[in-house]
Amino acid sequence: MKRQIPLIIVLTLGIFFFIQFFVPSQISTNIYQTTLQWTLVISAFAIVLAIGSLVNHHMLKIKRRKPHWWNSIVTLVALVVMALLGIFGRVKGLEPLGELYRKLFHYVQSPMDQAMFAILAFYMASAAYRAFRARSQEAALLLISGFIVMLGVIPFGSMIWSKIPDIAEWIMMVPNMAAKRGILFGVGLGMTATSLKIILGIERSWLGGGGK
Amino acid sequence: MRLKITGLLLMLCWATAAMAASPVTAAPPEAVSVAVIAPPSDIKAVDTPNDAGHAITVSWQASPDEAQKLIEGYEVLRSEISDGEFVKAGYVPYGFTSFDDQDVPANGKDYFYRVRAVGRESQALSAVSNPARASEQWFNTLRINALISCILFTIIVMIFIARARSGQSLFIRRIAGLAAVEEAVGRATEMGRPILYVPGISTIADVATIAALNILGQVAKKTAEYDTPLLVPNKDPVVFTVAQEIVKEAYNEIGRPDAYNHDSVFYLTDSQMGFASGVDGIMAREKPATNFFLGMFYAESLILAETGAETGAIQIAGTDAIHQLPFFITACDYTLIGEELYAASAYLSREPMLLGTLKGQDWSKAIIVLLLIIGLAASLINPGIRVIILQMLRVG
Repeated sequence: MKRQIPLIIVLTLGIFFFIQFFVPSQISTNIYQTTLQWTLVISAFAIVLAIGSLVNHHMLKIKRRKPHWWNSIVTLVALVVMALLGIFGRVKGLEPLGELYRKLFHYVQSPMDQAMFAILAFYMASAAYRAFRARSQEAALLLISGFIVMLGVIPFGSMIWSKIPDIAEWIMMVPNMAAKRGILFGVGLGMTATSLKIILGIERSWLGGGGK
Repeated sequence: MRLKITGLLLMLCWATAAMAASPVTAAPPEAVSVAVIAPPSDIKAVDTPNDAGHAITVSWQASPDEAQKLIEGYEVLRSEISDGEFVKAGYVPYGFTSFDDQDVPANGKDYFYRVRAVGRESQALSAVSNPARASEQWFNTLRINALISCILFTIIVMIFIARARSGQSLFIRRIAGLAAVEEAVGRATEMGRPILYVPGISTIADVATIAALNILGQVAKKTAEYDTPLLVPNKDPVVFTVAQEIVKEAYNEIGRPDAYNHDSVFYLTDSQMGFASGVDGIMAREKPATNFFLGMFYAESLILAETGAETGAIQIAGTDAIHQLPFFITACDYTLIGEELYAASAYLSREPMLLGTLKGQDWSKAIIVLLLIIGLAASLINPGIRVIILQMLRVG
C-alpha cells in the first residue's frame, strides 16, 4: 500500500497533465496554474526539512570533532545570523538590521560567489590543456578544430587569413550543430521514455528500488 | 482750438484703429504643412485560435505611408458596438500588421476593432472591423503532431515491453560509464573511502534530475551490499527529501536498514557556487574514491569535475546539458552523454520491462533518422517540400 498510493497518484496526475498539454481551455489552464502553486507550497515544507538536515549534519560534525569541524560553527552562525537579520530587518524600527543583512549579502556572499565563479577560468585552462593533448586522432582533430574556432573569434585570426572566421563559423554551424542536434534527439526521446516509464509505473527506482 | 484738439484726437483714434485692422501691418501666420497619412485598411478580427479564450487577433494592411517612414506605429482600438466609443486595446510599432488582444472582457460577445495609424504629426483612423467573438478551445490543433508522435512512441515502447515480458532477450550495447559503476563501488570499498553522488543542481521538475535519482537507487543498493559509505549532497530541498527516501528504501530492500546512515544524504545550500564550493570541500576532506555527477549541471560542472580529478577519484558523470558535456568528457573518466543518462536505470537493473523501453527508444530514433533522410531527399528534389516539413514539425 505504501508503494501503491504514490504509483496511483503518479499515474492519475501523469495522464491528466499529458491531456492538459493538449487542452488550452480556461479550466485546464487554471488547474495547471494551481498545481504550480502547490509545488511552491510543497517546496516551502521541503525547505524546513532541508534546514533541519543542514543543522543536523553540522551539529554532528562539531560533536564528533570531524576534520575542519570549526567550519561547521561558521556555517551555523552564518545561518542563524542571516535568518535573524532577514526576519527582523523588516520590522519597523529595526531597519538597520535589514541594512546589515543587505551589506552582508552584497559585500560577503556575492563576492564569495563571484570568486568561486572566477576560479572557473583557471579550471578551464587546465581542462583545455588536458583535452588538447593530441594523443589520439580524435584528440588531434579536436585540437585543430578548437584552435581554428579560437582564432576565428579574435581579430588576430582574420589578420592571419580573412577566411579563418568563416571556417570557424562553419565548424560551429555545421559539424558542431549536427552533433548537438543528434544528442538532442536522443535526449528528447530519453525524457519522453523516462516520463512514460514513471507514469505507467514501469520505472520504480524513484520509490527506492524494485517496487515489489 | 477745442475743435482742433478734438479733430486731432479723432484722427489719432482712426489712425490707431486703421493700423490695428490693416492686413499689411498684422504679423503673417506661420506656414504649417501637416503631412496627412493614410489609415490602415482591410481590418480583420478573428478569435485567437488554440487558447483559453478572452483573446481576439486583429490584422490589417499596413498604411501605404509606412514605406515613406511616416508611420510610427498602430493603436488598436476596441468597442462593443460598431459606432460606439472605442478604447485603446494595444499598440504595436510600425512593421507589425497584427495584434493579439489578450484582454477581451468577455467570451462569446461581439467586439469591433479599429486601427489608428500614428504618424509623427498626424493620425489616421481605419474603418471598423467585422465583429469577432473570443472563445476557448478544447484542443490545441497546433500540437496535433506532438500528440501523434507521443502515441506512436508509446505504441512502439509497448510492443517492446510486451516482447520483453514474453521472455525475448533484448540486446543492449555496452555503455562503458555504466559498466564501470560496479567497479567504481568495488574500488571505494577496497580503499575504505566513501562514494560521492551529486544528483545535479536542478529541481525535481527536471527529467534529468529524476533520471539521476533513478540511478541513485541502483548505486545505493550496491553501496548497501558492499557496506560502502555514501555521501549525497543536495542543492534543491525537494530533491534532497526524495533522495533521502530513495537511499533509505534501497538499503531496506537489500536487507541492510542498519547500514543506512540518515546523515549520508544531506542538504548543502541553494546557492550555485556555494554548492560547488561545499562539494569541493567534501572532496578535499573526505577524499571519496568515486564521484558520480549525474543530472543537470551548469557552470559549476567543471569546478566539481576538476577538483574531483585532482583528488584522484574515479569519476562518472552524465548530463543532458550539452554545454557541460565537453567539461565532463575532459575531466571525468566516464561520461554518460545525453540519452545514456536516461538509459542508465534500465542498464543497471537489467529489468526486462525497462530494457523494453530502451529498445523502443532505439527504434523510435531509427524512425526519426529515416524521416530525416526522406525529408532531406524530398527537400533537395523540391525546395517547397522543406517548407511543408517545417510547418508539420512546428509545435504550438
